[in-house]
Amino acid sequence: MTAAWTLTEIKARRGKALVLDGASLHVASGEVLGVVGPNGAGKTSLLRAGLGLMPLEAGQAQLGDRPVGELSPVERARMVGYLPQERRLAWNLPALEVAALGAPDLPPRQAMAVARERLERVGVADLAERGVLDMSGGERARVLLARLLATRAPLLVADEPVAGLDPDAQLLTLDLLRAEAAAGAAVVVTLHDLGLAARSCDRVLVLDQGRVAAEGAPRQALSSDVLAKVFRLDGALVETPAGLVVAARRSGTPSR
Amino acid sequence: MSPRRLELCLLLALIAAAAVAVSLGESPLSAAQYHQALTDLASPPAEVLWTIRLPRVLMAALVGAGLGLAGATMQGLLRNPLAEPGVLGVSATAGLGASLAIASGLAAFPGAIELAALAGALAAGAVVVGLAARFREPEVLILFGVALSAFAGALTALVFNLSPSPVAIAEVLAWLMGSVENRDLTDILRALGPMAVGAGLCLYAAKGLRMLTLGEEAAQMSGLPMARLRVAAVAGSALLAGASVAAAGVIGFVGLAAPHLVRAAVRDDPGRLLRPSALAGAVLLVAADLAARLIPTEQELKLGVVTALFGAPVFALLAWRAARSWRS
Repeated sequence: MTAAWTLTEIKARRGKALVLDGASLHVASGEVLGVVGPNGAGKTSLLRAGLGLMPLEAGQAQLGDRPVGELSPVERARMVGYLPQERRLAWNLPALEVAALGAPDLPPRQAMAVARERLERVGVADLAERGVLDMSGGERARVLLARLLATRAPLLVADEPVAGLDPDAQLLTLDLLRAEAAAGAAVVVTLHDLGLAARSCDRVLVLDQGRVAAEGAPRQALSSDVLAKVFRLDGALVETPAGLVVAARRSGTPSR
Repeated sequence: MSPRRLELCLLLALIAAAAVAVSLGESPLSAAQYHQALTDLASPPAEVLWTIRLPRVLMAALVGAGLGLAGATMQGLLRNPLAEPGVLGVSATAGLGASLAIASGLAAFPGAIELAALAGALAAGAVVVGLAARFREPEVLILFGVALSAFAGALTALVFNLSPSPVAIAEVLAWLMGSVENRDLTDILRALGPMAVGAGLCLYAAKGLRMLTLGEEAAQMSGLPMARLRVAAVAGSALLAGASVAAAGVIGFVGLAAPHLVRAAVRDDPGRLLRPSALAGAVLLVAADLAARLIPTEQELKLGVVTALFGAPVFALLAWRAARSWRS
């Protein structure tokens, strides 16, 4: 397996606050890495810093074997597709055209064909001509996922792709990302649902206060110890017929 | 409607409006005089049509197109349907430049007012380009634009305040009200250069404006050279707005209304909005200037006054609609 994205000992600030304090991340093609952590742990910052959207104070971010900072915009776009957490769209473009924005490198006709296929894959082909601001939040999230898939990039980075989605759409989203990984892509997703992370990701990286608190296969990374220390939860991962779930209650320590 | 058909319709509307605007005026002509104007170019009616009215109509079309294109570009860049050149402080700074030139007696030199206005607009444009390179959030640009507008307005008021000559004050005021009266071909050619460059820059930025629909970060990751496209959009719209103010004084709301009129026809696409907005702006301003000439008042109405009278309620209506959509 070739290294798709490697972040080493990254430190970064947002304003004056140190939001990343020596965090590292590695993902290879063919695998889905889930990044979890409490609010403010630095998940979004880790993705942004690693993609060159935020200056690094220390550490290294590499895409393939090249530092992210050395890549031209075109080279970077060829290597990585990014779905930001922010889903506010400025204009009421038809869904098809929004999905086609994922493939600005293709001639318009081809980009539209790719976009149409991706809309079909995420299950909103019938909404292709509908304006994205006339849709429900869930429908819009699917269109934006189609836009991400239309990038055809070997590394897909999705920041909270299932936030605000119903259970079926959450599972569909992760199934689609898993399918991309099976086809050879490296996938990184940030998630808040620990059970979903445990079921859908090959590896889980637990971030806490800008540092990596645990990393590895879901069972190891989300041990009862980590649940208690990082998430202040008293519980454990439990195997069920449908896969792993987290059964837990708030532990006595007050949360932040 | 396909974008091409839309542009064709607007072009026909512009030609029709221009033909009407050249034909009608304060001094009515008889059928025989129209005939004379078309056949004998040295005749007095020909003089009225081709030397007085035609340049005025052409200037109105050019300035309207510049303002419409500048407005559409600003709206795409700032991702806000309420943006226009006035918002970035470009119009106010251009007005300040012209006021300074008039008050200091430079108006005697031909082209001095225009140059001063263009210099003012470009200074504002340079400030905005600098800010746009440093801050990516569109709200920041709007806030700085408000500050720049207010400051330039205050300095213009200071020019009034300190000017010893009431004649100069009257002249500045007249100029600030906007007009395309008494223009000739030289004026048009002088405006054409910076406008062509500005239009080229704005059209170059079109694909970046479309990508910005997704937000700043997704656009930055899209592979397009967003930094360059952003600077092109700001510089292009500043040039267009500055050249417009230099040519015709301060004319508000065309940059706001023109994109609004055609947005639905291009399905909200901020890139495809540009050329139709330029055409719609040209139609609007030719029509507004015709109205300014034909509305019977003792003093001829100033073009900027007419557009503001119609434009301000349109702005309020847009704000009302925007506010409702934010709530839902």
